[in-house]
Amino acid sequence: MSAQHPPSAGHTVAETAPLALEVRDLLTRFVTKRVALTAVDGISIAVRRGRIMALVGESGSGKSVTGLSIMGLIDPPGQIAGGEVRVGGQRFDVTDDRQMRRLRGNRLAMIFQDPMMTLNPVLRISRQMTEAITTHHPEVTRAEARARAHSALALVGIPSPRERLDNFPHQLSGGMRQRVAIATALLNNPEVIIADEPTTALDVTIQSQILYEVERVCETHGTAFVWITHDLSVVANLAHDVTVMYAGRIVETGPVRDVLENPLHPYTRGLIDSVPDIDIRKGKLIPIAGMTPQLADLPQGCKFAPRCPLRVPECAAEPPLVTRADGRAVRCVRPLDTEPPR
Amino acid sequence: MTALVELSGIGRRFTRKLDVAAKILNLLGGSYREQVVHAVDGVDLSISAGEVLALVGESGCGKSTLGRIVAGILPSSSGTMSFRGRDVAALAGTDRLAWVRSIQMVFQDPMTSLNPRKSVFEAISEAPVYHRIFSRAEAPAKVARLLSNVGLDPQFANRMPHELSGGQRQRVAIAQALAVKPEVLVCDEATSALDVSIQAQILNMFLELKEEFGLTYLFISHNLGAVRHVADRVVIMYLGQVVEVAPADDLFATPHHPYTRALLLEAPRLERRRRFEPIRGEIPSPLDPPSGCYFHPRCPMATDRCRTERPILRETGGDRVAACHYAEMVSPPDALAPSSEAPEPGHMKPGRAPLSAEAPRSE
Repeated sequence: MSAQHPPSAGHTVAETAPLALEVRDLLTRFVTKRVALTAVDGISIAVRRGRIMALVGESGSGKSVTGLSIMGLIDPPGQIAGGEVRVGGQRFDVTDDRQMRRLRGNRLAMIFQDPMMTLNPVLRISRQMTEAITTHHPEVTRAEARARAHSALALVGIPSPRERLDNFPHQLSGGMRQRVAIATALLNNPEVIIADEPTTALDVTIQSQILYEVERVCETHGTAFVWITHDLSVVANLAHDVTVMYAGRIVETGPVRDVLENPLHPYTRGLIDSVPDIDIRKGKLIPIAGMTPQLADLPQGCKFAPRCPLRVPECAAEPPLVTRADGRAVRCVRPLDTEPPR
Repeated sequence: MTALVELSGIGRRFTRKLDVAAKILNLLGGSYREQVVHAVDGVDLSISAGEVLALVGESGCGKSTLGRIVAGILPSSSGTMSFRGRDVAALAGTDRLAWVRSIQMVFQDPMTSLNPRKSVFEAISEAPVYHRIFSRAEAPAKVARLLSNVGLDPQFANRMPHELSGGQRQRVAIAQALAVKPEVLVCDEATSALDVSIQAQILNMFLELKEEFGLTYLFISHNLGAVRHVADRVVIMYLGQVVEVAPADDLFATPHHPYTRALLLEAPRLERRRRFEPIRGEIPSPLDPPSGCYFHPRCPMATDRCRTERPILRETGGDRVAACHYAEMVSPPDALAPSSEAPEPGHMKPGRAPLSAEAPRSE
């Protein structure tokens, strides 16, 4: 039932694969007459083909806004105030709606926590899926589009896909709807799929079925994923790389094993220590003190410093995100693996 | 330990009434029937004083319905429930009030249990003043004390629910429950909506409050990590029925029901990256449950017997019960590698010191 596989497998495949998604210095703000909030403050991420990048953070960290910004789905009063997005090496202006319309659902797709965000409740699955193909590829015949929809449903593990095509969304369970949403995202063989907490609302047995299918799709199709989640155990089981966000900023990024086993940022370590472990007997958990800061009221200097048990006077100035020789990056004046000053 | 709450054959049916069209069609010779769901189906359970009993299962298994029945906010359709040895159906007057007060519930989303137009002070003081636990004059001091019990500054008394964060609201909801001096807290996914760092704070607080107030918990959750952290005993439900009950450590080490085993195997963990073939299928519709054992369509061990004969909940040794014909074969030695590792004392991830003032660097 459970076959172990070496942790390095999957890492070697795509280490040198071309970049599917590159985001540089993304800046997203919400501006009203009274306030201007910076929800995403200079985020840069890069995902290679066939890799899964997890974007982790707690509520209010800006992870979902990052995903929506990449898709060009920020509505006023939100605005993308800076940065650039490249898909398959080609630069796109995320504020240009006409350009983004051609990209969305085609080379770039998104899956939401609630599949009903994607699915139209009054249309049959077949209609919605074939439309997703013919919108971008008018040359495809309806029969061919239907055949492709059928194989996409089969790919994500939907039993009897032929009958399912003729169903309405309400006839499906939550897990099945989410599979349909994923299959729809896959239809045009996108280079990148942004997945925003897609398994959070599902039961564990259904979640693990879907993670299993996603992993397969990622390997067989070379699709790159940005997997937005708050659940570190999903990250550990699915992602190749992980980016940890706090207060709209990246605090740490690196290969998933390195980050989870030897976190460099005190916040990352705090998150890991907060997870109640299913395999270890109870005792006191080690929570992070305090609570996540409000965007309107961010502390000066390092944004995590007020909650950090290891803060030092230097934390009064905000540290930059420093990329190290081993490819990992951390935003901390004294990362956890540095020697204590004596 | 004495049984504080005892359930015997508790069931709860929900009926979907026929609409007008169906009734008319029936008059014309149609055969539409009312659909009946057995959300909770013949549950026997006892909760001992001072224990943390966890109720685990996936959506639709009836765990919330059972929690509501225990908390007395939803009547059962069959079976009996007793509190301190007395049948609650026979309680009246002050006895009934005392029972209602003794079992309090904490919900997943405190926004649905806190009145948005009442301040924290009003929310916490209303019930105890009504139950004459303390007078209106004493209320400010008592509320301040309760707030500090749940780790909030007493000044929060003047705030409105919308001014609070999710974690703070949940603390207020817990203070509200504690205000009437309950003996049992029914926590229905009380930490599921919280961020992981806040969840850890609240879980720790539950354990502290248990010591301080001698509370008994019915802890309803789908999060096995959280359950492992707080529970003394665990009840696993599937499709309205109890399939396994065992002391927490035993259940996590050697499950006696294939469903429990699947839940444990598939709960994603931080430590290892595994690849496995997940169990098949989905939870069947409770409108049309399978024949025999309800789990058999998804069970890797199912035989012909499972397809026809429904297993009863039977003793499987060491204070445990399981509803499986093959309970003894579910956990062969070394079947569950993750849980067979000797647990380390305290809660510490392997090879890492806790993040505290004693950590590598200090201020």
